[in-house]
Amino acid sequence: MIAFAELLDRLTLTPGRLAKIALLRRFFETEADPDRGWALAALTGELSFTAAKAGLIRQVAEARVDPLLLGLSYDFVGDLAETVALIWPARTEAAPPSVTEIVATLRSRPKGELPGVLSSWLDGSGPNVRYALLKLITGSLRVGASARLAKTALAEFAAAHGQVVAPDDVEEVWHGLSPPYAALWDWLEGRTGAPDAAGAPVFRPPMLAHPLEAGDLAALEASAFAAEWKWDGIRVQLVRAPGGERIFSRGAEDVSGAFPDLAGVLPADAVLDGELLVVRDGVVAPFADLQQRLNRKSAAAKIVAAFPLRVRLYDILFDGAEDLRALPFVARRARLEAWLARHPSGRMDLSALIAFGSVEELVAIRAGTRAASIEGLMLKRLDSPYVPGRPRGLWWKWKRDPLTIDAVVMYAQRGHGKRSSFYSDYTFGLWREDGELVPVGKAYSGFTDEELVRLDRWIRNHTTRAYGPVREVERGLVLEVAFDAAQYSGRHKSGVALRFPRVARLRWDKPFEEADRLETLVRMIEG
Amino acid sequence: MPHPDTWLCVRPEGLYCRPGEFYIDPLVAVERAIITHAHADHARSGHQAVLATAETLAIMDVRMGEGRSGVSQQVLVPGEVVEMGGVRVWVQPAGHVLGSAQVAMEFAGSRAVVSGDYKRAADPTCAPFVPIACDVFVTEATFALPIFVHPPAIGEARKLIASVALFPERSHVVGCYALGKAQRLIALLREAGWDAPIYLHGALMPLCAAYERLGVRLGALRAATGEARERLAGAIVLAPPSAIADRWARRLADPVTCLASGWMTVRQRARAKGVELPLVISDHADWPELLQTLDDVGAPEVWVTHGAEEALLHAIALSGRKGRALRLLGYGDDGLEEAA
Ligand SMILES: [Zn+2]
Ligand SMILES: [Zn+2]
Repeated sequence: MIAFAELLDRLTLTPGRLAKIALLRRFFETEADPDRGWALAALTGELSFTAAKAGLIRQVAEARVDPLLLGLSYDFVGDLAETVALIWPARTEAAPPSVTEIVATLRSRPKGELPGVLSSWLDGSGPNVRYALLKLITGSLRVGASARLAKTALAEFAAAHGQVVAPDDVEEVWHGLSPPYAALWDWLEGRTGAPDAAGAPVFRPPMLAHPLEAGDLAALEASAFAAEWKWDGIRVQLVRAPGGERIFSRGAEDVSGAFPDLAGVLPADAVLDGELLVVRDGVVAPFADLQQRLNRKSAAAKIVAAFPLRVRLYDILFDGAEDLRALPFVARRARLEAWLARHPSGRMDLSALIAFGSVEELVAIRAGTRAASIEGLMLKRLDSPYVPGRPRGLWWKWKRDPLTIDAVVMYAQRGHGKRSSFYSDYTFGLWREDGELVPVGKAYSGFTDEELVRLDRWIRNHTTRAYGPVREVERGLVLEVAFDAAQYSGRHKSGVALRFPRVARLRWDKPFEEADRLETLVRMIEG
Repeated sequence: MPHPDTWLCVRPEGLYCRPGEFYIDPLVAVERAIITHAHADHARSGHQAVLATAETLAIMDVRMGEGRSGVSQQVLVPGEVVEMGGVRVWVQPAGHVLGSAQVAMEFAGSRAVVSGDYKRAADPTCAPFVPIACDVFVTEATFALPIFVHPPAIGEARKLIASVALFPERSHVVGCYALGKAQRLIALLREAGWDAPIYLHGALMPLCAAYERLGVRLGALRAATGEARERLAGAIVLAPPSAIADRWARRLADPVTCLASGWMTVRQRARAKGVELPLVISDHADWPELLQTLDDVGAPEVWVTHGAEEALLHAIALSGRKGRALRLLGYGDDGLEEAA
């Protein structure tokens, strides 16, 4: 548990992706089985304990520590698990528990024994281990390392053992594995072949599209492509196999629990790719409606009824056990249509193909997407196999032109990692009728490194107040902000939020009084 | 036998010994000042007469300019008694930074000791704390909460070296206060086997040189400013805390931001400062050291100066002693927290 606690502390504080991968890889290399497997499960969110709650932590702490000192310390630290980890009186006779021991104990011992077990574990551990232990058993490990990052580190780990394994290869077998992952380590260290995921409802890494830019458009050969609407929902993968059914997000997260109304959506074994949308009377609702269904571990019946879901299908990866990914798009599309015809459903439909004859015609169709509240177009080569990742030239996403507003910079915040010495995140606002400037969003991209240097200097020279890493600045700098859509939101004082805001241009020339008004933005809200 | 609270009192200028007519660590320039150590919140300039250890006087000269600490300067030698207005005064090491001293005062049969800042953990760059039995002990309380249990500092130095091995292509920039922390960290790194040159921000160089002159060996030190980025890959660079995440650090090779401070015990502090590798290295006593010291000096009465008084006063009461908060203002604030 000592190495695991140290890893967690470093992952939490390390901003760089490559550095996180290096930390994970070293951990996999140095930690013994089965501890590293259980640790991997904890890191990827596959382990969750609910037996221990904050109340239990408080209970065991109060039995050992003067309550006034505990209270003063908690006021200072602000986090109960951390306070108890630090304040627990040291006793060194025992050794800290291993991750394996923790898992086995929590699974086997009755709840009533938990306070005693926890106290003896805390007795045997140093402060960092105590912290990791408390976070682990209360299910609140947040380390800033995604499951995808862990899989990338696993692929690098395999490379160090002379194995050619891509992160996607790990992804393909991942959901068929269970901790502590003996078969995975055997494979990555070259003792056996890849684990057999046959029959398990595993995730298949999705194929992604490149943004279409002006140069790409000029080279586009219209007759080689199919076009679809670009739907503004979330990408999902529906999987059914003899071993069960799952709904995965684009990031390989099992999100089945959040969408009980999609349980049993696939009547036969298959892997389908599509977009999750809220659809009422055949009309796609704005993204804000879908947001009501996201980031929930479970869904209340009321919410389910108010925001009905539909999966709009793009593609078929498996029909039964048959892997269709090597087939060209047109062939897969025919299989998808046939599959849906065989298994009609009220919860799924097809993403329609758009008829067009030329690039010019496509340009005209795209120009109408904003009026139709559609995010843009998808262009897919007719002969494209289904390739994981973002291969160039096969699939293009061609978003409608963004909307823009001229907004005034109000606050700036330091960035992360390489940008930590720069004020690179800007909160900007618009003028309200009463003359007050109200924040509407935040942008941290869209400018060059040279522009960033100039922005940073401007922020430093025009700061009126500093709150930790945040600076309030004088009115004076106008940004042209591009964004995909505006929607109502309670998050900002202005009542409006932007989708994908980024800096389009620095308007050093524009007087700040002439920046846009909030009403202008409100008029841009769709639906 | 007059109780020390009849002859030792708090005035707006600071703690004052009435019969001896001197202040200890006054906040403004005064007639006569005894200075416990040269940290900026304890050592101000421009006194008439200033009394301190030879090291503290030398360091004040470096920080303020030669002769700026006071018109006349008197060296206090640890253990040697000086008489002032019937008060017997002497100093003993406080183990905080080089030259740091506690001030012991005896008047009409009662004895008070003002510790200044102190720690009990080993430090190769300064003399260890010497407990002095007394009737009233005046203690600091910077880390006076039971959450503060500083780990052995050498382990933190090893942690830093291990991180350099893991990221050999990156610079490790460590924020550390210029007086005491920087030199202790350097000495710890040497003890842990780091023989390579250590790079310094310009603000740290004069005091490192002063330590060397005062007999503390620090090994090869180089200026980080002006050094080529490639040379700084895999190097350890020391800088003031304010510089580590600011423009100055852009010259370094993809730096790992580290901070050496007792506050790094608390994760939220590390997170808020954007610290990637916190190093818990403190100049101040942690909670067990504070309690141990009260036992060692055996004073029936303890006065608490700057820091978390409430928790320490509670512990003092639990131990059957009498406690009092002095509420001296002006210490440990205005950004000097980083010094801890
Ligand atoms: Zn000090
Ligand atoms: Zn102090």
